[in-house]
Amino acid sequence: MRASTGRRTSPHQATADSAAGPAVGRAPLRLLLPALLGLGLLAFPLLSLLARTPWTTMPARLVEPKVLDALWLSLLTSTIAMGLCLVLGLPLAWVLARLSFPGRSFLRGLVTVPLVLPPVVAGVALLTAFGRNGVLGGPLREVGISIPFTTTAVVIAHTFVALPFFVISVEGALRATNQDYDVVAATLGADRWTIFRRVTLPLAFPGIVAGMVLGWARSLGEFGATITFAGNFPGTTQTMPLYVYEALQSDPDAALVLSVILLLVSILVLALLRERWLYSAVR
Amino acid sequence: MSSFLEADLVVRRTGYTLEVSLNAERGDVIAVIGPNGAGKSTLVRALAGVVRVSEGRITCQDMAWDSGDGSPIRVQQRNIGMVFQEQLLFPHLSVLDNVSFGPRCRGAGRRESHRSAQRWLDRLGVNELSHRRPSQLSGGQAQRVAVARALATDPAVLLLDEPFAALDVGVAMALRFELARHLAEFGGVSILVTHDAIDTMTIANRVVVLDEGRVAQTGTPAEVAQRPRTEHVARLVGLNALRGHSRGTDVLLLDGSRLISVTPLDGEVFASFSPSSVALTLDEPVGSVRNRWPGTVSSVVPHGAAVRVHLDAGKSLIADVTPDSAARLSLAPGRRVWAAVKATEIAVYGTAA
Repeated sequence: MRASTGRRTSPHQATADSAAGPAVGRAPLRLLLPALLGLGLLAFPLLSLLARTPWTTMPARLVEPKVLDALWLSLLTSTIAMGLCLVLGLPLAWVLARLSFPGRSFLRGLVTVPLVLPPVVAGVALLTAFGRNGVLGGPLREVGISIPFTTTAVVIAHTFVALPFFVISVEGALRATNQDYDVVAATLGADRWTIFRRVTLPLAFPGIVAGMVLGWARSLGEFGATITFAGNFPGTTQTMPLYVYEALQSDPDAALVLSVILLLVSILVLALLRERWLYSAVR
Repeated sequence: MSSFLEADLVVRRTGYTLEVSLNAERGDVIAVIGPNGAGKSTLVRALAGVVRVSEGRITCQDMAWDSGDGSPIRVQQRNIGMVFQEQLLFPHLSVLDNVSFGPRCRGAGRRESHRSAQRWLDRLGVNELSHRRPSQLSGGQAQRVAVARALATDPAVLLLDEPFAALDVGVAMALRFELARHLAEFGGVSILVTHDAIDTMTIANRVVVLDEGRVAQTGTPAEVAQRPRTEHVARLVGLNALRGHSRGTDVLLLDGSRLISVTPLDGEVFASFSPSSVALTLDEPVGSVRNRWPGTVSSVVPHGAAVRVHLDAGKSLIADVTPDSAARLSLAPGRRVWAAVKATEIAVYGTAA
């Protein structure tokens, strides 16, 4: 017999057996047909992208300076943004999951807003705050600090859009761990910081990794907020999605190559996020 | 001279109040029993300091854990060990690291805490498991490790919240006797929340019966088992316990029927008798037996060598009969029978503790 305490069981596992359903008749055409159409709508463009990609010239194109710059900048800014998510988002998720205080639901709502906010609005909001004449940007310019249209602006834009993904994902993971583990640790003499470090963190580790991957992927694909707040300057603010957009008008093949790369990264993220893989990693 | 542990506490939640007074001496093993929702777990968590006490005081070894001034000392500073039904071993730590977690938090060095953890694993008979992960343990092994972990910080009060409830019957039985031995050697107070009459009888030297957030009865296991003051405990120990109003030897039961005893008493009483003293007949019994009630069989189940019959006779009754008479009377749910109990078989006692 295996002890099964404290483990998360995937909701998918529970329903897997019944997924086929009882045999109550043939699937009706009026459901199958739209289902196939929907599937086609999703798959056809992606397959077209793969079909038109100039695979033979791909290696050569990948090392073009402008492409390399965009690639490097994207990886750099997304990774820094992920680090910021971890440093700022983990404590925020912990506060939302573990402390009870008035206004907590309001705070959680606030954190979720950027999830549904149109990215261009996020860019405008960031400009209003940190722009040259912004609420904080104005005073900052007085002391010689200018954020918009710099790599820093890219990182801020990325963090702004990725943080909610991270916080919501990690908060869910923290809530899912049995809080009686905290109680046990407290009875053993652990203070709250020790409990966080030695119990909460390891138990929520899969959720934290998932949140980081999710946030990283979100910022890698970020377009609207970045172009609004940071502009589109090769080498400093032109990330991959921005370069793809620009190249589409001058050099469509380059756009295709970079698009395929972003597609592959997305598929990789999807594979990493598969719950089974993540949860089996720590068992 | 004050007691080792003195608790006098009230926990108020919306629609629910727990009010308990409890004194315990060094070496006491107190079983806390009662139906679901009686407040057993809340009591344990209030003593631990995990649940906030609305009013009252808790003192342990002359140290005030809660002096009723609204600022109780924290869980970490109370000298307690806690064992849960679901063991709650940290899944990411080895067995050894689980048990040394407490000593480490209390300031012991790595090597020293490993040594004391190993010693506790030895005592609980699971030292060869020290490098396993909790997921590689059986339920019984995990619960032994959980007990070792709780004892490793040398607590003054050990709180056990239904430690056997999640285990297989055989495993629970083995662990029960072992735990009884460890608790007897343990120098502090143990408080054991349980659903099981056997725990109460084999492990505890005192019983606290909770009902609807209040102490309904306290006493030694034998006292409580012989004179249960709640229906729940009567069922737990397998007795019939009927509540009523006594005048002399004549008891008016809650369902309006009467009962004759040989113990003259005035006031609210419990009348209890064992299932084996209940005789069942198909026709109304004639003769000296004056306590007889018609009823309907609601269930018939094997019970050791006997057959246990649950009856609905205005009040619910249990009767143990031989398999032979069960067959002769064709006992089955729905069967109409008469239940009879001799007055000399009935113990009558007041409801107040």
